[in-house]
Amino acid sequence: MLPTRALTVEERIMDTPNIILSAKDLVVKFRVRNKELTAIRHISLDLFEGETLAIVGESGSGKTVLTKTFTGMLESNGRIDSGSIVFEGQELTKLKTDKQWEAIRGAKISTVFQDPMTSLNPLKRIGIQITEVIEKHQKLPPAEAKKIALSLMERVGIKNAEQRFTDYPFQYSGGMRQRIVIAIALACKPRILICDEPTTALDVTIQAQILDLIRNLQREYGFTTIYITHDLGVVANVADRVAVMYAGQIVEYGTVREIFYDPKHPYTWALISSLPTLAEKDKPLYAIPGTPPTLFSDIKGDAFAPRNRYALKIDFEEEPPFYQVSPTHFAKTWLLDPRAPQAEPPDAVKIMRERGRKNTKQTSEAQQ
Amino acid sequence: MNAAASASAHTPADVHTNEPLLSVRNLEVTFKKGNTSFSAVRDVSFDVMQGESFALVGESGSGKTTIGRTIIRINPASKGEIYFKGKRISGIIDKETDSWVIRNIQMIFQDPMASLNERATIDYIVSEGLYNFNLFSSEEERREKVFRALRDVGLLEEHAERYPHEFSGGQRQRICIARVLVMEPNFIIADEPISALDVSIRAQVLNLLKDLKRERGLSYLFIAHDLTVVRYFADRIAVIHQGELKELAQTDELFNRPLHPYTRSLLSAVPLPDPDLEKNKKLLVYDPATMHDYSKGLPSWREIFPGHFVLANDKEAEEYQEMYR
Repeated sequence: MLPTRALTVEERIMDTPNIILSAKDLVVKFRVRNKELTAIRHISLDLFEGETLAIVGESGSGKTVLTKTFTGMLESNGRIDSGSIVFEGQELTKLKTDKQWEAIRGAKISTVFQDPMTSLNPLKRIGIQITEVIEKHQKLPPAEAKKIALSLMERVGIKNAEQRFTDYPFQYSGGMRQRIVIAIALACKPRILICDEPTTALDVTIQAQILDLIRNLQREYGFTTIYITHDLGVVANVADRVAVMYAGQIVEYGTVREIFYDPKHPYTWALISSLPTLAEKDKPLYAIPGTPPTLFSDIKGDAFAPRNRYALKIDFEEEPPFYQVSPTHFAKTWLLDPRAPQAEPPDAVKIMRERGRKNTKQTSEAQQ
Repeated sequence: MNAAASASAHTPADVHTNEPLLSVRNLEVTFKKGNTSFSAVRDVSFDVMQGESFALVGESGSGKTTIGRTIIRINPASKGEIYFKGKRISGIIDKETDSWVIRNIQMIFQDPMASLNERATIDYIVSEGLYNFNLFSSEEERREKVFRALRDVGLLEEHAERYPHEFSGGQRQRICIARVLVMEPNFIIADEPISALDVSIRAQVLNLLKDLKRERGLSYLFIAHDLTVVRYFADRIAVIHQGELKELAQTDELFNRPLHPYTRSLLSAVPLPDPDLEKNKKLLVYDPATMHDYSKGLPSWREIFPGHFVLANDKEAEEYQEMYR
């Protein structure tokens, strides 16, 4: 039914409903200048073992904050107000001190950040930055740690690893540095790799190589990947499933094909409509009017309503629940309520829908 | 290098007048440090016509920003010339020409967070150019010019009294554009103007730049690495790699019939927001060492199809011509 790569997401979810991490009703608050800001507003999310989940949304939507709670890296003015995060049977919200977090952070859940220049220490040799992680977490003697580090460097595509072991970060190009950051993140064979805009600071040609590298390593090491990105092109490339975030909430989630070819939430519609790829040259691009709401005060109704040209009266009064579209596809919009009037999605969304249908038809014909 | 050939590097369809607004001829920019020197830009020639959006596309370190900076005289040209409205603006020029250049060619920078003076009000930031060139006769006239520029970019008059930190990224980029517009330039160099902005705001800024072009006949040199944006915005595109132009064509022509292996590798690398396409695509890698054999015949700038130029030697030129038969 779907274009076949090894296994489709649906099949994988059906076959191995193995939830590796589960967040329930999570609320994260920050204290800023004596005022309280709610950055994450009641998010529930299941992460399936072996999948690649992409979290998309504009800056300030809370996508980074959400994943920081998985590694205990919230800034000191932030705290988990309520809710739970269960990873391998362990309740992560109960962990308080850095010492307690050590067994998880960097060991079982690692993060690759956006800018490789700021996540490497400019004063330390590359080799030492990899071995110190291995020595710390796996308690191995230096000679053995070096062996593992060298093989990791080769794995991530560094040629002449032996010679480049003693180089400093400035002697590496941006793409090479990001490869090292990935090597460090993988040093302890994590179960989950969080990639926070891992290629935003890189060139397109390098970006494509890094995305390929992470995909290959995932196949080899069998970890689960969370991508945080605002680039829908990257999402289309890497993701099995997609979660769309707006103002501290997940507003829609589903398989990558469901989100691109049959999105249901008006915010997802708006994101797809604003892409220059689908635009006609002589027409203006669709721009989402207004700005996201302030998270300092309570939000009444649907947070996207003031910017939403499809908003119904109820959107300003009551928060919509999640409606189920398919076994894997959910959207938090009143438009899916049986009582709601029929809404005509924007042209760009219709184009995508048509494309998706055509592709599905072609592959099913090819299979017959 | 055939300068005459690239001078005709446009087809009539896209050209509003036949006189190029800006001509870059055999430009070379060399940076020196002690005894070592490095040519960031080598033998680059192109024209930008009146009312045209011309895009320079390449990866970081390709020299695209250096070309922009050389045009507005931040970096000196080591070789070659730059002409604006037929007048030479590279090398040593008199003071009058210098201020003429500054008033007519303005630049928008990539990061609106870094390019505004945090301690100045928007009013001052927008009118700094007016002060420098005494472009107003009274305080009222200056205020009116600032207000008009703010309105043009969709900001309010009351914003003039505020400071940069009170604005979002998209609004700050509009302030940068207002500061450019107040000078009433003919030609704007936009160096990655939207890559530091959020997706939902990019559309606003792109629309604004496009509207300004249509309403005032502005011309752009649009410097970018994102081919999807360039496809929407530019009339013609030049692809630059390691300081050399590799290919130049009308936008649709370049996307439909890419010739140079570097252009094709760039096109293959752009992530498209379409999962079926994206998950079945083949990545092309550009490896100059194995892809070009210049032992027999050095490459030169050639017109393969009308208005479609590429850097190639005889053998490659033949192959390119065959490619889309």
